[in-house]
Amino acid sequence: MANFQPYDTSSDKAWYYIFRVICGLIFFFLMFPILVIMPLSFNAGNYFTFTPEMLRLEIEGFSLKHYRDFFTNPDWQVAMYNSFRIAPVATLLSVGFGTLAAIGLSQSHVPFRRTIMAILISPMIVPLILSAAGMYFFYSRIGLQGTYIGVVLAHAALGIPFVIITVTATLTGFDKSLTRASASLGAGPIRTFFKIQMPLILPGVISGGLFAFITSFDEVVVVLFVGSASLKTLPWEMFNGLREQISPTILAIATILITLSVLLLSTIEILRRRSERLRGITPS
Amino acid sequence: MTDKDNGFVVFSGVQKSYDGKILVVKDLNLSIAKGEFLTMLGPSGSGKTTCLLMLAGFETATQGEILLGGKPINNIPPHKREIGMVFQNYALFPHMTVAENLAFPLQVRSMSKSDQEQKVNHVLDMVQMSDFGNRRPGQLSGGQQQRIALARALVFEPELVLMDEPLGALDKQLREHMQFEIKHLHERLGVTVVYVTHDQTEALTMSDRVAVFNDGIIQQLDAPDKLYEAPNNCFVAQFIGENNTLEGTVESFEGDYANVRLENDQVISALAVNVGEVGEKTLISIRPERVETEAERCPEGAQKITGEVLEFIYMGDVFRTRIRVGNNDEFIVKSRNSPSQQRLQPGEKVTLGCMNKDCRALDYQAVSKEVLT
Repeated sequence: MANFQPYDTSSDKAWYYIFRVICGLIFFFLMFPILVIMPLSFNAGNYFTFTPEMLRLEIEGFSLKHYRDFFTNPDWQVAMYNSFRIAPVATLLSVGFGTLAAIGLSQSHVPFRRTIMAILISPMIVPLILSAAGMYFFYSRIGLQGTYIGVVLAHAALGIPFVIITVTATLTGFDKSLTRASASLGAGPIRTFFKIQMPLILPGVISGGLFAFITSFDEVVVVLFVGSASLKTLPWEMFNGLREQISPTILAIATILITLSVLLLSTIEILRRRSERLRGITPS
Repeated sequence: MTDKDNGFVVFSGVQKSYDGKILVVKDLNLSIAKGEFLTMLGPSGSGKTTCLLMLAGFETATQGEILLGGKPINNIPPHKREIGMVFQNYALFPHMTVAENLAFPLQVRSMSKSDQEQKVNHVLDMVQMSDFGNRRPGQLSGGQQQRIALARALVFEPELVLMDEPLGALDKQLREHMQFEIKHLHERLGVTVVYVTHDQTEALTMSDRVAVFNDGIIQQLDAPDKLYEAPNNCFVAQFIGENNTLEGTVESFEGDYANVRLENDQVISALAVNVGEVGEKTLISIRPERVETEAERCPEGAQKITGEVLEFIYMGDVFRTRIRVGNNDEFIVKSRNSPSQQRLQPGEKVTLGCMNKDCRALDYQAVSKEVLT
């Protein structure tokens, strides 16, 4: 398998194998905790353990009952409902504001671009607990604490930096003469934005949106502060579940969420390739 | 031609400054006739592109007025000016097919689908790209993209088309081919073209008139042959084509001619185009092909200039002989390769012959070589 050159010394060859072992260990360290819960979620027992039946790969050792619990238990259903009620709206807001901000900040005549950019990106850098506490006090004052709109706005603020970063990255490859060309052909600024600029930066917008969605969907700290009992999201319910009763249902949800994340990230990758293809044919 | 009422495009006292201090364009007055092919030629930073952008509406004039078809357009946004434009990097929309690119300006004008299709096919025919409608710009070569860009600027039938160094990115052969295509399209359609380039050959071969820009000012505005054969100042003489300069002092005037004494005390008679008083310095401009290495080959009345051969370069169809005349070591004589043409050896003393009308005494100004390349 290894294609060694005649001049490679024995230590070169040894390093070749050691390097691969190190890489393998890193992957194991990253992936194992995630992968191990997947078979566990099909556990027929009620604990976080591999039962002897499972280890012997007997069919009685496995069951879908934790999945059934997730889909029938009203607590989980409310949590899922809330998550799906909050995340998409927060994502839409993030995408809208983030894209506009990125386009505005990409124009050279805007004053204090770097400062504005730094402020908008800050929710990503400031420790989440600080943002959450700040939002709690601020939202309490203006009556948004514990409301649906409050949680949506808080999540939108967390998602905006992702959209700004991905859209700004796509915009750096955007040829400004295209907007001039569009204007010279008679298209006004709005048509130019939707017909020329938007389709070309769309991959950046969508991948930013996916990050914003995942951020909102996975977020627990801000919801704990800004939300209320009626706005429990999936991560909140999982957090509760872990503290109060260690039910394998959490593993079932985790498996579902992992699958969802993998699907979303694959979409990002496909979009990124599409964007590169489009970029590749942009005359430079 | 500077009459405000006659010009289709008129720049009247236009100035442009980007920073409020330095004028990139200084008091531009230019009138372009309908159907004319006018080229703005100049080195980079001379203000030619800024002028084009002001005409297109992408830059605003700091001072002065720009008129199109008699109406001021200073306050009209670019998308309402109805001016076609071809960009240096083509600026085709990469996410649309060729046909969609061409249909875009027609969609903007809410033209019916069938009319759109007909027009698109017509312009594709015009640029000989009929089979390429379904391709994406990225699948085309540079020359093909340039043709589509040209077609897109023409498809909505604007009366004025601007071209910003459209052939700059093409290789030499293709560039020459496209020059003729653009010229023929212009002749066929009768559209007014304002063309920007820094390539003087391009400017000479394509244009009705050329405006030579330097330092934010039009140095000379003339037909190509006038520009080459009768430059008004030293910059134009140096910038357009190959040029020999001889430094000297005006000694006396004889009608339209000035007698100029060179550094080595030779006196040359030159057409007094742009000189000061007796005693002032001047530069004489002589085209390399207007000098004979054997004075006898010149017509009657030619004057003689003495020099020493430094180098003989055989170039096939022509010979280039580098000669020291006065204190100029770079005096070039271009002679056609004919059986009777002698091949000079370095070190030979020669007597050059040239007509005094081909020697033009111009303003004395040092033109650095870097600006010219």
